[in-house]
Amino acid sequence: MSFTNLMLAVLVIGALYFIAGQRVALALRSGNAGKLHSLPHYHGLWAAITSALPALIVLLTIVIGKDLLFQFWARDYFPQDILNGDAVDRAIALAKVSNVVNGIDFGQVEPWVQSAGDAWIRWEANAVVVANSLVLAVSLVGGLLGYRRINPTFRSRNNVERILTWMLIGSSLVAILTTVGIVLSVLFESIRFFKLIPPQDFLFGLEWNPQFEGAERAGSGGGTATYGMVPMFVGTFLISAIALTVAVPIGLFSAIYLAEYATPRIRGVVKPLLEILAGVPTVVYGFFAALTVAPFVKSVGESMGLEVASESALAAGLVMGVMIIPFISSLSDDVINAVPQSLRDAAYGLGSTRSEAVRQVVLPAALPGIVAAVILAVSRAVGETMIVVMAAGLAANLSFNPLDAVTTVTSQIVTILVGDQEFESAKTLSAFALALMLIVTTLALNYFALQIVKKYREQYD
Amino acid sequence: MTDRTYQGLDPQQAAERVAASINLRKRKETRFVWLGKTAVAIALGFLVLLFAGILTKGIPGLFQYYVTLDLQLDAQQLDPSGQMTVESLAGGDFDGVIRASLYEALGNPEGRKAKREARRLISSGSSQRLMTYVLDNPEQLGSTVSIQFAVDDDVDTFLRGLISRETPEADRRISDQLINYIDALNAQGRISYEISDYLFFGSASRDAEMAGIRGALVGSIFTLLVCIVIAFPLGVATAVYLEEMAPKNRLTEIIEININNLAAVPSVVFGIMGLAIFIVAFGMPRSIPLVGGIVLALMTLPTIIISSRAAIRAVPPSIRDAALGVGASKMQTIMHHVLPLAMPGMLTGTIIGMAQALGETAPLLMIGMVAFIVDVPAGVTDPGTVLPVQIFMWADFAERMFVQKTSAAIIVLLAFLISMNAAAILLRKKLERRW
Amino acid sequence: MEIVVSDSMVQNTNQVEGRAVPEKTLGNIHVDNPRMTARNVDVFYGDKHAIDNISLDIGASQVISFIGPSGCGKSTFLRCLNRMNDTIDICQVEGEIKIDQQNIYDPAIDVVSLRARVGMVFQKPNPFPKSIFDNIAYGPRIHGLAASKVELDQIVESSLQRAGLWEEVKDRLDQPGTGLSGGQQQRLCIARAIAVSPEVILMDEPCSALDPIATAKVEELIHELREQYTIVIVTHSMQQAARVSDRTAYFHLGKLVEVGETKQIFTNPQHELTQDYITGRFG
Repeated sequence: MSFTNLMLAVLVIGALYFIAGQRVALALRSGNAGKLHSLPHYHGLWAAITSALPALIVLLTIVIGKDLLFQFWARDYFPQDILNGDAVDRAIALAKVSNVVNGIDFGQVEPWVQSAGDAWIRWEANAVVVANSLVLAVSLVGGLLGYRRINPTFRSRNNVERILTWMLIGSSLVAILTTVGIVLSVLFESIRFFKLIPPQDFLFGLEWNPQFEGAERAGSGGGTATYGMVPMFVGTFLISAIALTVAVPIGLFSAIYLAEYATPRIRGVVKPLLEILAGVPTVVYGFFAALTVAPFVKSVGESMGLEVASESALAAGLVMGVMIIPFISSLSDDVINAVPQSLRDAAYGLGSTRSEAVRQVVLPAALPGIVAAVILAVSRAVGETMIVVMAAGLAANLSFNPLDAVTTVTSQIVTILVGDQEFESAKTLSAFALALMLIVTTLALNYFALQIVKKYREQYD
Repeated sequence: MTDRTYQGLDPQQAAERVAASINLRKRKETRFVWLGKTAVAIALGFLVLLFAGILTKGIPGLFQYYVTLDLQLDAQQLDPSGQMTVESLAGGDFDGVIRASLYEALGNPEGRKAKREARRLISSGSSQRLMTYVLDNPEQLGSTVSIQFAVDDDVDTFLRGLISRETPEADRRISDQLINYIDALNAQGRISYEISDYLFFGSASRDAEMAGIRGALVGSIFTLLVCIVIAFPLGVATAVYLEEMAPKNRLTEIIEININNLAAVPSVVFGIMGLAIFIVAFGMPRSIPLVGGIVLALMTLPTIIISSRAAIRAVPPSIRDAALGVGASKMQTIMHHVLPLAMPGMLTGTIIGMAQALGETAPLLMIGMVAFIVDVPAGVTDPGTVLPVQIFMWADFAERMFVQKTSAAIIVLLAFLISMNAAAILLRKKLERRW
Repeated sequence: MEIVVSDSMVQNTNQVEGRAVPEKTLGNIHVDNPRMTARNVDVFYGDKHAIDNISLDIGASQVISFIGPSGCGKSTFLRCLNRMNDTIDICQVEGEIKIDQQNIYDPAIDVVSLRARVGMVFQKPNPFPKSIFDNIAYGPRIHGLAASKVELDQIVESSLQRAGLWEEVKDRLDQPGTGLSGGQQQRLCIARAIAVSPEVILMDEPCSALDPIATAKVEELIHELREQYTIVIVTHSMQQAARVSDRTAYFHLGKLVEVGETKQIFTNPQHELTQDYITGRFG
């Protein structure tokens, strides 16, 4: 049986145990065994869970664990020089073996690769047999043990509920696991990168030329690969700054108008319309930026006698700004509405006009929240990928001129990691180091924003 | 009270000064309102611009030009071995039949060059289309039928008027002779402009006229299925635990911080995690909807958890008290009362999360769903791509017709997103309870 | 902003032995020297008739207090006097309210200058989240009342002095107003209202959020301020009305039942509803 069918079989066995458990409980109730502690279907559930849960755990362990185990075993077939070599060689060797296993023919392979591949296929077949027998046995035996415990005084509801509670706890741990996964996946590769390239060169280097990597390794000359992240961070913040220059005034004034002036009807129409802007996929914005906005910016710029790159930071930034408008406006709207009405009343009671109340009372009171919204928007802009991949350039120019082509952290990550890559090269690893910097930046921004919001909340609670 | 050196303004004096200030202040007020109105107008203007741009390019992209040819379906020529199977038809000369008909319609051009230009008229996928037709209608073998074939993408672009006749021949992608052929076919009424079946039923292709979104659409559906199967139960379970059961301790705090942080992590980072963990460490294949769905599920999880928690919090405590008061257990109270009442809110949040996942591109690029895959995936472990990634790939192609196809694909994507969001809004309106 | 005319209240007060609310206000609604005059004022919140045909004079340099059970319309009527009801969309005011012979609902009257003349102090102290100085200076600044920085300083100082807060805050004018105690905050709000040099000060239950000691200070302040200002105070406390006001008006179910000299209202009320209320039978 394949793993999918095996899983179905486990579920079917579980269902059968449910019926059996419920039946025996019903029989006990109609007989003169006295009052049942739990309702019959809880007894059924108990039997089903004792059957299916351990079996599924075993199955999952086998499915996830077998490849790791086989990789470890396959090393026995590797020649000594590869085992003693660096991680690159071992990864290449494993890839060759996996090609044999998957039947992908790249021509003649070394004998040890072939034999490792053959062994792997054997292990794979054995794993299926082991999994079949083990999983089915666990599900049958587990169910039987659970089933036999059913009696009138058995507290199956409490037991079922306890298991459910643990499953709920397990689900909520997925969030932690994901974070750990993100941190580990980025951290390990980054550490490997920093072994190849000194951190100070990466953090403060002013040049980014990973494309010479291959040439350098082949020793053919033609340039040195450099991994300085400064140009990309400058590019990222240049585009983010343009985006915020567009989004903050428009978003903020829209929010003020909608919160303080607009009639409920206008508000009811305009707010959802603005939210449509937030729902448009970023790839659509990217297409719009590349196809419509960039040529427009270029032609306008050139008609004014300016030199504009065809993939200018300005075009990407403008479109990103449009994307962020609803983000700013809805967050600002929330904080403006959170300013107590009593402050507005105080201002009106003293004879303020509406705009005086807004500018001198409401906005200063809402300022921390608005600042937090802007910080979150920066974080969003820094992490935005598709618009810059499609509309910003790839040239790592260290430039503050919005009319130049610049590149960003995210677009470099995508460029490096899309398609096939040698997993052990400094170029590939540099994408992980960039991702690490990206995570650190966005989380730091998020942290500051949350701290500000927290303080702000305390003020009015 | 203490002695006063200064008594302040008397009301009369104050009123005069207020009156003096009032005109300036009113002007400021008007200006401020105008600023607000302008901001709203600009934001809505961007929306209009965006949609107008996509619709004007995309609606023509839903259509394409076809040429109708009368074909003599000679059994000997098409199915030499006469078995009517895919294998036997592979030996047939479908191109020959189409060419013969095309040459005839053009008045049998002489010479290799003239014939080559004639062949450039129709899409290179035409023989495939004819083969499919014969397979579906074997009884037509031996008769003469009229079939519509897509014109080549350059011809399509010319027919749309995007290539001018006035341009010198050397500067356009289409020769004078080809233009004469097009005019001839047009005069015979053989050229028609119709809804593009290739767009909806075709798969990935480098030929713009044959390219379609079917594979990507199916890939998107599989990916979303995996995503919802993972994200919905996990999200609801987490929300229930955090709202109803979690003790106020360090672990709960860590979980909550993690959820907030995950919501802030850029989507591309989830793709990197998917690449490093599922593909490199676990050895799962690239480009499959299963991995895509898992990555998107982890990405949308915070959205679902946060909205589910809000929905659970909106259930009044009195209902829990009532259930607990008649002797229900905590778990029964949750399962019988809290969850059903919170379900509309949870579903709304899930739909919004799914819409977010449907539009997401960057993380899927990381796990290789950007590969050029012609076959429509048949399951979650078949390599495939998704709609937004398809749009991304098409956007990179230089042919003009791809611009229209890309915009048309965007219209389809937006139509899905808008209907999902509309469903969420309707659901919320319909099932909303007021306590 | 929410003004509740709750149904339960209506039922409750109707049960007061079926005593009818009189069609016409008892007592003398007129005074010799009126600062504001209200004639036949009706207020509607959507369909709800919140104020029913009220006419009343508000005498210059006098304190008048509005009393009555919750939801009787006294706060609503107060808020009509400086058009604070304008901020509520569904609120509609009919009738005529004049200040110094000018109709305040006349389109030619600017609500901004009206509110500069008729200031307001609210139920809950609502200092701006700014410094004490900026709180007081806010009104003079927006209205352009101070010709110079020196004059502004003088206005702030004299306002705080008249509100009896100067000695307590003079060393920390740059500290946030929200850091003061509740009673100090309310006196700060009164000082803020005084700083605009209004003719009338409306106070909407100014002491309801304060402890007895702070209340006593505010009442003392009201006592001092009446020399210069016309004060209208809405209060829930009959003792307070008796202590601070010259005249008292009793509201019931959106109507003005009875108005008169405070002493007369509390010693010899003409209407049974007034009597029941001040003797604590309901309310």
